[in-house]
Amino acid sequence: MFSGFMVNTWLAGTVIAILAGVVGFFVVARGASFAAHALPVGAFPGAAAALLLGTSTLGGLVIFTALGVAGITWLGRRARRDIATALALVALLGLGELFLSMTSEYAPEVESLLFGQILGVTSSEVAYLVFLATLCMVAVGVAFRPLLLTSVDEGLGQALGIAPRRGDLIFLAVLGLATAMAVPIVGTLLVFTLMVGPAGAAQLLSPRPTVALVLSTAIAITTVWSAIALSYRSGWPVGFFVGGIAALVYVTARLVTAERSRSPRDTPISQRGQDRHESP
Amino acid sequence: MSALIHALFARGLFSTATVPTAAIVGALAAVSASAAGVFTVMRGQSFAGHALGDMSAAGGSAAFLVGVSPLAGFIGIGAVTAGAISAFASRGRRARDVSTGIVLGAGLGLAGLLLYLDTTRSSTTGAAVSVMFGSMFAVASSTLPAVAAATGFVLVCVAALYRPLLLSSASGELAAVQGVRVKLAEAGFLGVLVVAVALSALTVGAVLATALLIGPAATAVRVARRPGLAIVVAAAIGIGSTWVAIVLAYDSYYWSSSHAAWPVSFFVVGVIFVTYVAVEILSSVRSRRAKYRRARSVRSTR
Repeated sequence: MFSGFMVNTWLAGTVIAILAGVVGFFVVARGASFAAHALPVGAFPGAAAALLLGTSTLGGLVIFTALGVAGITWLGRRARRDIATALALVALLGLGELFLSMTSEYAPEVESLLFGQILGVTSSEVAYLVFLATLCMVAVGVAFRPLLLTSVDEGLGQALGIAPRRGDLIFLAVLGLATAMAVPIVGTLLVFTLMVGPAGAAQLLSPRPTVALVLSTAIAITTVWSAIALSYRSGWPVGFFVGGIAALVYVTARLVTAERSRSPRDTPISQRGQDRHESP
Repeated sequence: MSALIHALFARGLFSTATVPTAAIVGALAAVSASAAGVFTVMRGQSFAGHALGDMSAAGGSAAFLVGVSPLAGFIGIGAVTAGAISAFASRGRRARDVSTGIVLGAGLGLAGLLLYLDTTRSSTTGAAVSVMFGSMFAVASSTLPAVAAATGFVLVCVAALYRPLLLSSASGELAAVQGVRVKLAEAGFLGVLVVAVALSALTVGAVLATALLIGPAATAVRVARRPGLAIVVAAAIGIGSTWVAIVLAYDSYYWSSSHAAWPVSFFVVGVIFVTYVAVEILSSVRSRRAKYRRARSVRSTR
């Protein structure tokens, strides 16, 4: 289980878990699970287009992720964010279906893009993952303050001179970058589940952002490691185990915290500022 | 004249048996999607609607594995999903967002497993694609009565829930004061949403079901002020989109020399999206012009 070709799997899984844990913290704090789902799924047609044209998969993924970010931002100027996300997503997926229909060769490729192909990662892919993850981490580090402030409360961010639109754009760009790099290896589904599950549990367990951030990363790593081990033993797709374990961790966190008395200080930041302004 | 008709409507459009079935299924799905969609848009529940659609991929692949009708699979898994989402979601909008995400993630993991089992047991690699991206033309005419019954269910429920839903969409407290049982109305609405999404999934495929649910409704809410009128407008846009898509899908057969027709669901989504963007641009131009005119009239009165 730890020999030869599996080493790269463990490395890639760990890098992606760290990234998903950190980015996921902001996804949950901003209530942006839908965007975190839509960007990877909307990037998938890019891979289909690349397969069709015979160009690099990564290029297609990056272009379609950028299209997704642009679409959500443009449509979100006047519509509610969830509607903008839904419309951008279905428009990209519609294109994806067209690309898929134009060739009939790669149904297994499609499945691995959706559900992940973590077994069989090459060394160069790991190196590339580490590079992009570092890039992402630097971006999060630089934009940490505006990201955190606008996540807690848009009004607070505005009072400190950060336009809500800018906070959103930084966030979507980081999310998109994380997405485009992880999709070819772990699949669209796994990225999303890893971002929402561990971070959701972490923010229930600790009201303090830094603690929650560390906790979220730790849970993500544990989830990926156990999923890889279970997948190796059973031969079932790794995405199934990640989804199951993430849900299990979240439910456990809900049950544990339901016992606690709820003083305002204990409220996780995902539930603070509930009356935050939603554009009509 | 007949040349024009032939240019618009490809040969065989009116003589093929699958076309009437597709047109009826598409129209019924569009009507029920609009009735549910307008409330989904107003309540900001697009993510839940989308999650139900994606989850029906799991239902579809389970139905594929067991060998029952996909509609039954869609509705069954939808009921389970809606139950799980509402069991989790008790505290506020952002908590609901996370719990929808968790349920969706777990469900998609399950879909992955079921599709994996589909392919390993029956060695049909196309299962994933056919479940995820369905087609109106693949609907058997024997499913028509079930589709009609489901549409009837959606319409009756929306009519019954109309006032309580409207009140609770505007403000939960207001609704409670008016004697509306908010929890019950919300549970009822989730039931309606499950059936409407299942019909959409049958028509355009599991992952594109959101298009039929959200697209026409979001456009209609822009145009019509009153929710009742918005439902009618949305239904008209939905029916129009599915029918135009059927015509275009048939036409596309002649577009390239290789005679490979483009998928009908792509056209459904395309027409819906283009309609939304057109309305968006028109209304933003109009509001800018109104602002300009107001500014000018203020200046001239000074």
